[in-house]
Amino acid sequence: MSANPRIVCYLNQFFGQIGGEDKADTPPHIEMKAVGPAGALDTQLGDAADVVATVICGDNYINEKDEAFAQVADLIASADPDLVVAGPAFNAGRYGMACAKACQAAGEKLDIPAVSGMYQENPGLDPARRYAYIIPTSDSAAGMRSALPEIASLVEKIVSDRQLGSPEEEGYFPRGQRRTLFTEKRGSLRAIEMLLKRLKDEEYQTELPMPVFDEVEPAPAVSEINKVTIALVSSGGIVPAKNPDSIESASATKYGRYSLKGYNDMRQLDYRSIHGGYDSAYANEDGNRVVPLDVMRELEERGEIGRLHDYYYVTTGTGTSVANARQMGEDIAAELKSSGVQAVVLTST
Amino acid sequence: MKLEVGEIEIDDIQLGDETGIEEGVLHVSRSELRKLLLEDKRLAAVEMTVARPGDKTRIIPVKDVIEPRLRLDNEITGYPGVTDKMGRVGSGRTLALKGAAVVTTGDIVAIQEGLIDMWGEGARYTPFSQTCNLALTFTPRRNLEPHQHEEAVREAGLKAAEYLGEAARDLEPDTTHLYELPPLSARSGELAELPRVVYLEMLIAQGLLHDSYIYGVDAKETLPTWIHPNEILDGALVSGNCVAACDKITTYQHQNNSIILDLYDRHGKDLNFLGVVLTPELTTFTGKVRSCEHATGLIKSIGADGVIISEEGYGNPDSDLLQNCKLLEQEGIKTVLITDECAGNDGFSQSLADTSPEARAVISTGNVSHPVRLDPAERVIGNIGSLANLAGGSGESFQDDGSIVCELNAIIGSTSEIGYHNLTARQY
Repeated sequence: MSANPRIVCYLNQFFGQIGGEDKADTPPHIEMKAVGPAGALDTQLGDAADVVATVICGDNYINEKDEAFAQVADLIASADPDLVVAGPAFNAGRYGMACAKACQAAGEKLDIPAVSGMYQENPGLDPARRYAYIIPTSDSAAGMRSALPEIASLVEKIVSDRQLGSPEEEGYFPRGQRRTLFTEKRGSLRAIEMLLKRLKDEEYQTELPMPVFDEVEPAPAVSEINKVTIALVSSGGIVPAKNPDSIESASATKYGRYSLKGYNDMRQLDYRSIHGGYDSAYANEDGNRVVPLDVMRELEERGEIGRLHDYYYVTTGTGTSVANARQMGEDIAAELKSSGVQAVVLTST
Repeated sequence: MKLEVGEIEIDDIQLGDETGIEEGVLHVSRSELRKLLLEDKRLAAVEMTVARPGDKTRIIPVKDVIEPRLRLDNEITGYPGVTDKMGRVGSGRTLALKGAAVVTTGDIVAIQEGLIDMWGEGARYTPFSQTCNLALTFTPRRNLEPHQHEEAVREAGLKAAEYLGEAARDLEPDTTHLYELPPLSARSGELAELPRVVYLEMLIAQGLLHDSYIYGVDAKETLPTWIHPNEILDGALVSGNCVAACDKITTYQHQNNSIILDLYDRHGKDLNFLGVVLTPELTTFTGKVRSCEHATGLIKSIGADGVIISEEGYGNPDSDLLQNCKLLEQEGIKTVLITDECAGNDGFSQSLADTSPEARAVISTGNVSHPVRLDPAERVIGNIGSLANLAGGSGESFQDDGSIVCELNAIIGSTSEIGYHNLTARQY
């Protein structure tokens, strides 16, 4: 067996030489050789790496079948690759989405790098770029001849453990990752130089392009609040004193779910704030200030709300990444929904 | 206003019986300093340890860092309104013990604060690995209320720095820097032709343990304030922050504010440095609007062409930063913002809690959630267990081989938003 780095290619039915649209429902299979463009890539790579297998799957199958992702991931894993090359997909939308799944399998399931090539408007670019270095290609397969050497060169750099440069230097689409690096000049000096350029109407390059935010529609008001079960959810970091779930005091990746059953006041519980972003002295003095159990019980007693859910959910909202916050929000919402909770009081600090 | 800062190079600190400076060595009388610091009955004990650059030493949890200084030609030798009576600072002669720092440690409220590594990987991320540090570990009196505890340690650190500064009284400085700006009305000739630049310094003002003090006034009780940069360099601004270590502005960084120093460096050559506006980052919406509108009004009436805006902290104050930018840009005043990012451990998350299309010129000082692995220390000053509760640390920070994994969040000064350090984040 060769000691060269092992590459597995992912291709669709067309480039995998099974057939056209009529074969788009073909389930995935693996061939322990370089098929079609994978063969040309293998030649380009020379001794730098070997294409050891090609995974081929129909575009409809991978995009429509729930089990397809796991199947493709298992097939790729079976060839024990060091890197996955998906496509190039040019401007073929479904193929681009399929390549994104293959790249995701490489990144998430195998923890290995992936490389692909796509046209800038391919809908697969966004889901794939997080997991893959994607070089820009033309919008049709006519661009194969120029795409393959670029893919090969990127693959070669990655497998030879050479540190990849920035997207601009290496020519791949930015992956949306912010990497922390040392600079020669300190920040204050860079700021002054940038301001001087602005004042002289010279060109300058911001170091942080502004993010574009999602717009969230507020949910409609709850019509019969006296009949529904309401849960308390907080980003204020009030947890049992020993912090049993080790929720971080900043940059949280976890949330906790703790029982309120049989209690009317947070002061009856040995809880404290582990939040790193505010002065927690007053929250520790009276936890109701962050998780308003006392007031909710009063409302419950008076029949103004249906009932208070038996558990509250909590994390710390400081420095928490949006990606983690979104994931926690989705998970908490799903748990609450399945418990029959219809409304939530969110408290922040 | 004309300020002369004379620098006395300090290569080492030695604890002993008498205080004085000899051939670059700062000798410190343990007993005298202890006696002085424990005059505050809120403090029960203080331990003194010297941490030198290159030592395999970790100081944790660090509250504040202060540069020892002595103010000459002024009856106020301490921090006006904090450790000394009230009066104006920023002119005359001040001596700075360059290369030395007082570092206060000991558990404050067990959640905030950060660490300084004097060697290896961790040293690269904090400017305070390069100073010879006198670490003061304070034990408070039993059951001392947290805010009193914070105040006592804050004042003790400043007092210690003053005490050490006194040792320089009869010495000639190795180098002297002159900081002088003529009154705005007296700027003519070539200077008047240069672009007029103001520095807008945002200060965390979010409640006790998240406060900064201007001449002893809690910043959250202030409107945006016009101030001469020399006053900031000369001790008018003191940190009372126990927030994320990476980007809080320590007192040392106020005394050596890199934006002020670098603006001075370019003053009269590329720009006309008008002065500084200090503005509080408040927690209420009304407060944010008030601070940002008033700061913009001040800067407009002073007649700036461009403004450098530095943030302190992240998340909530991002909205103040972007609002300041937006209002100034709408007035036709060009801005450059300095901020750090909260992009998650993997760097794939959105970096800021607010956004504005006007923020087209931004300096990034790094991702606060960037994880680093730090080798085991041979000596820990303070309490390594506190890492479990620090912003940027967790119960999972402790590795089997004795090393620790934490975020830059936990390292003092790593992502300084006054641009004191040399980190950035780049799109990959």
